[in-house]
Amino acid sequence: MATELHRQVSSLEKDSLEKDSLKKELGQEKEGEGGGAAVRVRSLTRSFDGRAVIDDLQLDVPAGEFVALLGRSGCGKSTLLRVLAGLDREIEGEVLVPRRKAVAFQAPRLMPWKRVWRNVLLGLPGRPGRAVAERALKEVGLGHRIDAWPKTLSGGEAQRASLARALVREPDLLLLDEPFGALDALTRITAQQLVAELWQRRGCAVLLVTHDVEEALLLADRVLVMDGGVIAHQVRVDRDRPRDIADPLLAELRTELLDRLGVKAPEPAAVHKVA
Amino acid sequence: MSPVLEPVVPLSARRRTVPRWLRRTTGPLLLLVLWQVSSATGVLPSDTLASPGTIADTASGLLKDGTLPHAMLVSVQRVLIGLALGGVIGVSLALVSGLSRLGEDLVDASVQMLRSIPWVGMIPLFIIWMGIGEAPKIALIALGVTFHLYLNVYAGIRGVDAQLIEAGNSLGLGRWGLIRHVVLPGALPGAMTGLRYSLATAWLALVFGETINADDGIGFLLNRAREFFQTDVIVVCLIVYAALGLLADFVVRTLERLLLQWRPNFTGK
Repeated sequence: MATELHRQVSSLEKDSLEKDSLKKELGQEKEGEGGGAAVRVRSLTRSFDGRAVIDDLQLDVPAGEFVALLGRSGCGKSTLLRVLAGLDREIEGEVLVPRRKAVAFQAPRLMPWKRVWRNVLLGLPGRPGRAVAERALKEVGLGHRIDAWPKTLSGGEAQRASLARALVREPDLLLLDEPFGALDALTRITAQQLVAELWQRRGCAVLLVTHDVEEALLLADRVLVMDGGVIAHQVRVDRDRPRDIADPLLAELRTELLDRLGVKAPEPAAVHKVA
Repeated sequence: MSPVLEPVVPLSARRRTVPRWLRRTTGPLLLLVLWQVSSATGVLPSDTLASPGTIADTASGLLKDGTLPHAMLVSVQRVLIGLALGGVIGVSLALVSGLSRLGEDLVDASVQMLRSIPWVGMIPLFIIWMGIGEAPKIALIALGVTFHLYLNVYAGIRGVDAQLIEAGNSLGLGRWGLIRHVVLPGALPGAMTGLRYSLATAWLALVFGETINADDGIGFLLNRAREFFQTDVIVVCLIVYAALGLLADFVVRTLERLLLQWRPNFTGK
């Protein structure tokens, strides 16, 4: 999956491009213009009323990698996703993303006045037929609701439709903004499995913004922690899929990540001693 | 001690002896009977109000000799032309000020200013400007319609969920794509409300316009009947106005059902 078609998110103030003498602290394996990268961010700063939510941030995502972005509420992780999606352009710095990218938001954001299949095709170039939408909806297991009105869908169904709408664009970069946040616990597990399957089939790069550490560990190749406006920490999850949350490595990483997020995880051994 | 159990009676088991529609018809029917009886016994003189029987007779007479159908045709035509004219103006202005900041600055203040003038008060000016033919009547209807549609379509456009606009953006919709697929469908519920209000206003404007000076239409029948104290004809005309208003409302309801079928509405229990 080639991602040579890079487009710069136009910044309102292009000045800090020279600051490209960057700190290569964030494990970018293959450096090189575009080749093999799905996201390239250099010295990104985004301020709200003078307060920098993203402050000189660097980020590289190779093509096809599944990256999860964790962070405390208000740390700027959703802002970063919006910048990558091209929805927030009041930025400084260099941001390179593929031309073909797609977003799935926390709320499904389906147009209530369009039937599900028309929602899936909305914004696609040319005049794609119903069959295209049907294929995408079948892929997410929603083939039977193709003619439904969005407001008659259940939460899980609506989120699937939103996912189908993102995937039908055949993105090189899929941006997921807490897509499972509003789902109930059971539906969430199914939806996570679906995303894992779709990613393995499609092979696009994924950036998943979430606040759920376990979800990040189950799905991602690499988990980033955002803090203080930069990527403050990252861990690699070298485990084959499907993963089991009871895996000791994942438990260890979980404790490490929670610690980074400022949450003290209860020591499992201590519990045993008491019992 | 165990509690006393009692069955939860399913709703369907509660028998209704009289169907709902029949119960609802009873009230108006009783009123009609009371009216007829008062007229027959002379409690209600025919100079004040004709009896229902007389009114029915008069109505069928007017229908048969073609007076009423012709008058209705003329009046309905006035409403339709005025509605179309006011609709085009109101919706266009709403689009201009709803879709662009510049348009809002240019249009909205003026419309809000003009809106505060009671449109009925414009009749004398319209007569001076346009004489007493069809033009002032249609202009009056158009004026009333314009403001209702403008306000509701404008509010509808500005009330579209910003999250959906953003979603449209992320899907790669351009400016026109956004307007066509997101803004306009989102403004439709507001527009339908505006249409309903403006239809009510259109009939009101018609009554005003036709009562003041007309040589044709329902208002003309009404005025002539007044000169001869024909209360039966007056009531027939009022019933026709009401029926046409109901018909218009029915048309809008049908339109809403077709255009807003994506809205899961609370239909009442």
